[in-house]
Amino acid sequence: MATRGFVGRRPAQRDPRLPPGQYDTGDDWPVLTAEVTPRLDPDRWTLTVDGLVGNEHTWSWADLHALPQSEYRGDIHCVTTWSKLDTRFGGVSVDLLLEAVEPKPEAAFVLATSTTGYTTNLPLAEITDGKAWIVWTHEGRPLPREHGGPVRLLVPRLYFWKSAKWVTRLTLMEHDKQGFWERNGYHDLGDPWLEQRYQGD
Amino acid sequence: MTERAPAGGWRTAVVREVAHPTPRSVVLRLEVPDRVDHLPGQHYVIRLTADDGYRAQRSYSLASPPSDPLLEFWIERLDDGEVSTFLADGVEPGDELDVRGPIGGWFVWDGAGPACGVAGGSGAVPLVSMLRHARDVGRTDLLRLAVSARTLADLPYPDELAAAGALFAVTREPHGERPAGRLTAAELTPLLVPDAPVYVCGSAAFAEGASDLLMAAGVPAERVRVERFGPSG
Repeated sequence: MATRGFVGRRPAQRDPRLPPGQYDTGDDWPVLTAEVTPRLDPDRWTLTVDGLVGNEHTWSWADLHALPQSEYRGDIHCVTTWSKLDTRFGGVSVDLLLEAVEPKPEAAFVLATSTTGYTTNLPLAEITDGKAWIVWTHEGRPLPREHGGPVRLLVPRLYFWKSAKWVTRLTLMEHDKQGFWERNGYHDLGDPWLEQRYQGD
Repeated sequence: MTERAPAGGWRTAVVREVAHPTPRSVVLRLEVPDRVDHLPGQHYVIRLTADDGYRAQRSYSLASPPSDPLLEFWIERLDDGEVSTFLADGVEPGDELDVRGPIGGWFVWDGAGPACGVAGGSGAVPLVSMLRHARDVGRTDLLRLAVSARTLADLPYPDELAAAGALFAVTREPHGERPAGRLTAAELTPLLVPDAPVYVCGSAAFAEGASDLLMAAGVPAERVRVERFGPSG
C-alpha cells in the first residue's frame, strides 16, 4: 500500500550493495544490545566449540592469535535497517576452528553463546566455507566494547544479531534451537537479501 | 525470559488522532483492526511506501497500555530522519499506515511484580506504557521510574510522569530544587527493589551510562534489560 504523500529521501541511484529496506549509515555504527555491556578480560576469556564434534576444543585468546589470521572486508546489515558498507574486520576464519573439532556428519545447526548468556542460532552451512569469522579488530583497531569487544562472531551474510558479541561457545547440533532474539520473534535464518527479519518472513 | 509468539504480518492501521506536544515530537494514535494484544515495553514497525514502491521503515515503542483501544506512539522528530519527519509533518487523521507488531519479548513488563525503569529522552515512551498498565491493574506501587533529558521539553509525557512520582534528572537546566546534572547512583539507589528487573531505555550512550550506575549500585547485570535507540531516524 502506498503511503499518501510519502516520497522518501532516496539517493538518485540506490547503492546496489544495500539489501531491500536498508539504508547506508555511513561512518556511524549504531549499537544494538539487549544487555549490559560486559567488561571482558581477554586473558580470562576462552572460546569452546562443542556439541556434535569428534574433538571438542577450547581456545584461549593467545591460542586464537597464534592461528593464521584472516580478514573480512565488505558490508554488514542490521535488522533495525541500517547497513554499514565496505568495512573491515580482522580475526580468524571459523573454518579453522571447525577443522580442528571435526564436526560429526549429523551436525547441521549451531548455537552461538556469549559470556552474557546471549544466544543465537544459525545453520552450520552459514558459518562454513569462508562465511564466518571470530574477530577482534575493526578497521585495524581493537574491536570496541560496545560492538562486542574484545571478541565477537562475524557472519556478515546474515542480519547482524547473528554475529554474537562476546562469543564464548559454538555448539554444533543436529536440530535447530532458537536463540535469544529468535525466541522473541526474529527469524531463524535472517538473510537480509530476502528481508527475513521476523519469524514467518 | 518471556517468550512471545511471532507478531504476524503487516496490517493496515488508520490514523485516528495526531498531536504535536512539542515542535520536535508527534503523537500518533492508530486503529489496527484485529490487532494482537501487546505487553508494555513492546514496539511496532511503521513502514512507509512511495508510489514507485520505495520503502522505509522504523521501529517505535508503544506508549499505550494493552487496554487502550488505539495504539499510541510518541515519536521524536529527528531533522535528518526520513521516517520521523514524514510522520511528524505529513500524516493526518484518516491516513493509512502499514504497521507490524507487537515485537519484542525481552524488554516487557507484565505488571505482575515490582520493576524499576530508567530512561533517557524518548526512551521514556515504553515506561509510559508500563505506567499506564500499572494504573489499569491498580498497582502503580510496583513501578519506580527515573527519566533523564537535556531539557524538560525533550521528555515525552512530562506531566504524566511527574504525576506518577517519577524522578526527573534534567541535565541542562535546573528542575524544581534539583540543579542541572546527570542522573547519579545516589538518586537511583532508593528506586531499586532487590531482585526486581531494571528496564533501561534510551540512546546507546545513555544506556551505557545508566548501566554503569546500576552496576555501581550493586545491581547484577542479569537483572538489567536494555533497549538502545540507534540514530535510525
